[in-house]
Amino acid sequence: MKTENQKAWFFVLPVLFLVAFNALVPMMTVVNYSVQETFGDNLFFWQGLDWFEQILRSDRFHAALGRQFLFTFMILIIEVPLGIIIALSMPRKGPWVPVCLVLMALPMLIPWNVVGAMWNIFTLPKIGLLGYLMNDTLGITYDMTQDPLAAWITIIVMDVWHWTSLVVLLSYAGLVSIPDAYYQAAKIDGASPWGVFRYIQLPKMKTVLTIAILLRFMDSFNIYTEPFVLTGGGPGNSTTLLSIDLVKIALGQFDLGPAAAMSLIYFAITLLVSWVFYTLMTKDDAK
Amino acid sequence: MRKRSLIPILYIAFLMLPIYWLVAMSFKTTNEILSGFSLFPQTFTLDNYRTIFTDPSWYWGYINSIIYVSLNTVISVAVALPAAYAFSRYRFLGDKQLFFWLLTNRMAPAAVFALPFFQLYSAVGLFDTHIAVALAHCLFNIPLAVWILEGFMSGIPKELDETAYVDGYSFPRFFTKIFLPNINAGVGVAAFFCFMFSWVELLLAKTLTAVEAKPIAATMTKTASSAGYELGLLAAAGTLTIIPGAIVIYFVRNYIAKGFALGRV
Repeated sequence: MKTENQKAWFFVLPVLFLVAFNALVPMMTVVNYSVQETFGDNLFFWQGLDWFEQILRSDRFHAALGRQFLFTFMILIIEVPLGIIIALSMPRKGPWVPVCLVLMALPMLIPWNVVGAMWNIFTLPKIGLLGYLMNDTLGITYDMTQDPLAAWITIIVMDVWHWTSLVVLLSYAGLVSIPDAYYQAAKIDGASPWGVFRYIQLPKMKTVLTIAILLRFMDSFNIYTEPFVLTGGGPGNSTTLLSIDLVKIALGQFDLGPAAAMSLIYFAITLLVSWVFYTLMTKDDAK
Repeated sequence: MRKRSLIPILYIAFLMLPIYWLVAMSFKTTNEILSGFSLFPQTFTLDNYRTIFTDPSWYWGYINSIIYVSLNTVISVAVALPAAYAFSRYRFLGDKQLFFWLLTNRMAPAAVFALPFFQLYSAVGLFDTHIAVALAHCLFNIPLAVWILEGFMSGIPKELDETAYVDGYSFPRFFTKIFLPNINAGVGVAAFFCFMFSWVELLLAKTLTAVEAKPIAATMTKTASSAGYELGLLAAAGTLTIIPGAIVIYFVRNYIAKGFALGRV
């Protein structure tokens, strides 16, 4: 049981100070922009909630938000089951375990724009391995600069390549924490492989899986660099996800007001969904 | 060999393919890349790497990245240690809310903060310095470090603390002499994660730097657009960015699974 001690705040102060400096000041700047109009020269006019209304009603925002939800949904339904399957089939002991883990973790340690550049080189027609295989060996026309579907499949495969290992490693950490006695008991009871999964492995993985889903949700919902480097949001606007659209408005058109309002709406959505996950997670911790 | 091990093998093969292609490209000449398809480099060349190691605008990119990543790792872990101890051992006013608030900073899209960060760090006169990027990355690395360390610390029974106090240890001596050695795996893992997320992040690092502290990843973006697509050079630079990650991951290989579970298994 934890003891009550208000002096613990002193231990937390440095963290509080550093994070607040980085979080609150920029956040207030964004709030400031979101309710004002500017014509340059640091002249600002009160605009009220007009920008919020404009963003919430704009088709462009709805389209980007729709694409973002589709992307995140696809990522979660592919990466989570795939990650669990791979973790289940990994060896529990032996010299190959660290080798597997290190190789699997490698994609996550590559800078995000290098990931985009790498997949660009990999998929280029004529030059890239995948582009050549598809077009010249298999005879399937594949060019993501022309075909929106190809662009979508490529950014999803790229993200699966990049982040499935996170789910694998988390699930694996949950699996190795199961004592052998559990499996022996299941064997004596004559449990089927599905039964072992459903009643022994899945409950043990529940906490780590919630973390995995939470992290994958937050990161895929905020994704920017990789698809931007790979497709630039194209062809057309077909892969313009929320962050890409936001940067286009903020830094491309320099429409600070609408961009700030959009940032806050964006952040609120992420926060809301994550809060639901977090509540589920801590509910389990309390038991 | 059992049929089951086929799945991890296929998965790892899928992971290695694009990496192989990047490495293979880095040993090809521009002529070979543009003239047609070849699975292996036909005229093996080290020119791309030679360019990077002799041109200061290239290799300084690596040095800059390593400087701010190291600074960030040290700062994040140093301030997260006492905070994680407080969260794991004590109840205090607003502790749960604070913990969740820390976590929310991991959720803010970096794109949201790009412009305000630029203004903030310009205003305090830190624009284009290593420390600016190191401090900015604290935004998402400190919460992560606190989370991981709290997980590892909660695994240490409280009796350890109490015994040490009975034996007459002061808090600083107990923390450094007894407590830290018990969670050194956690510290290693936390440091690894800070390194990792600071190393791979580009948007903020690029926004906060111009010349003096420019990260390698930004140098690469410049090359891709200005020098008319020197794919070989780009591939060589990309290959070199994989190496630091591969080195640090080797050191935490035995704890990596537990680390990704944020110490909560």
